[in-house]
Amino acid sequence: MNINLTLFAQMITFAVFVGFCMKYVWPPIVNALAERKAKIAEGLAAAERGHQEKALGEQRALEVMKEAKATAADIVGQAQKRATDIVEEAKSDARVEGERIVAAAQAEIEREANRAREELREKVATLAMAAAEKILQKEINVDSHRSIVDDFAKQL
Amino acid sequence: MSSSETLTSQGYIQHHLTNLTLGVHPEHGLGFAHNSAEAAEMGFWAINVDTMFFSILLGVVFIWLFRKVADNVTAGVPGGAQNFVEWIVDFVEENVRGSFSGKNPMVAPLALTIFVWVFLMNLMDLIPVDLIPHLFGQLMAVLGADPHHVYLKVVPTTDPNATFGMALMVFFMVLYYSIKMKGVGGFLGELTLQPFGKWGMPANLILEGISLLSKPVSLALRLFGNMYAGEMIFILIALLYSGGVVLAGTAGVLQFVWAVFHILIITLQAFIFMVLTIVYLDMAHQEHH
Repeated sequence: MNINLTLFAQMITFAVFVGFCMKYVWPPIVNALAERKAKIAEGLAAAERGHQEKALGEQRALEVMKEAKATAADIVGQAQKRATDIVEEAKSDARVEGERIVAAAQAEIEREANRAREELREKVATLAMAAAEKILQKEINVDSHRSIVDDFAKQL
Repeated sequence: MSSSETLTSQGYIQHHLTNLTLGVHPEHGLGFAHNSAEAAEMGFWAINVDTMFFSILLGVVFIWLFRKVADNVTAGVPGGAQNFVEWIVDFVEENVRGSFSGKNPMVAPLALTIFVWVFLMNLMDLIPVDLIPHLFGQLMAVLGADPHHVYLKVVPTTDPNATFGMALMVFFMVLYYSIKMKGVGGFLGELTLQPFGKWGMPANLILEGISLLSKPVSLALRLFGNMYAGEMIFILIALLYSGGVVLAGTAGVLQFVWAVFHILIITLQAFIFMVLTIVYLDMAHQEHH
């Protein structure tokens, strides 16, 4: 338990260990700790940012959905209007077509009636001529009196 | 083994408290001291080989472990060893940040070295007192030495040379930074112009001088005293083992209880040495008047 040279040897040993620790041990470890601290802070900030972005995205999504709904309703309304229009158009077309058909049929009927009348008239003229021929015998020349007979027939 | 010497309690204790001293004896020349009286006769130019060996070994263990971690340090997920080292570094850094207000990149590594090194040296106290000295004695006996005269103290902090060595380095650092931060005049002023003003200069010098010199002395003696006393208790408990079955059983229980309590003491002493070093250096950096 004497104080001897060990004292100085211990002082040197101590100084060497402290110097080594200061130069090669402390800085890398503390730097790593600081770096990790920065990393964690960065990560937390990023998480916070992500959170905000998510909220923003949700809001945007809601807006887009609302817009889409409005557009869809618009389209449906337009389609319904168009459908009504088409039905109306078809109805009016059908009406016009029907009228046209009716008119055509009436015209046909008219024409047929006229034709029948004409035929009848001719037949009556021919019959009258034949009857007149028989009645008048040779006194009437069919060819010379033809216009008279035709006039007559026309009056029927 | 010489049969002329019987093992007395006094001899046993004395044996445990003697360092393995290498030096030049005025009569026997260069060699290891054969007893404490011879060690004393060697005077200042002798060296305690056991203290040097164990303190350097433990210091190298500390440096090796921390350097290994520092080499592979990562800012990502730390492994087991790195986690452990970071825990200690964080603890030390927190203490430095709490007690040291100046800016000096040396204080934190200094505190770390003191804490871990002193703790490891104190930790040697928990190894059963006879284990390493006995094995060493047997080894030396094989090499032809008398095991009764082979001394070995495994706890460097029970050697005042070790504690005073550290305390003096801290003291020199306090002086260096006091003068560096305040200038020679400022430092001398601090020593002589307070607390009584310039007319009480002699009284001031005595008071401040004592308070300055008491720093390294108390630092060294506190650690030395605690560890020396703890070691002594272990030695006394070990003496009980030779006193029959009952005493040996009691000794076993006592040794366990004291060892558990001692875990607290060795950690606390390492911590106190570190904190006081930080505080003294903080005072050296501060211009408080």
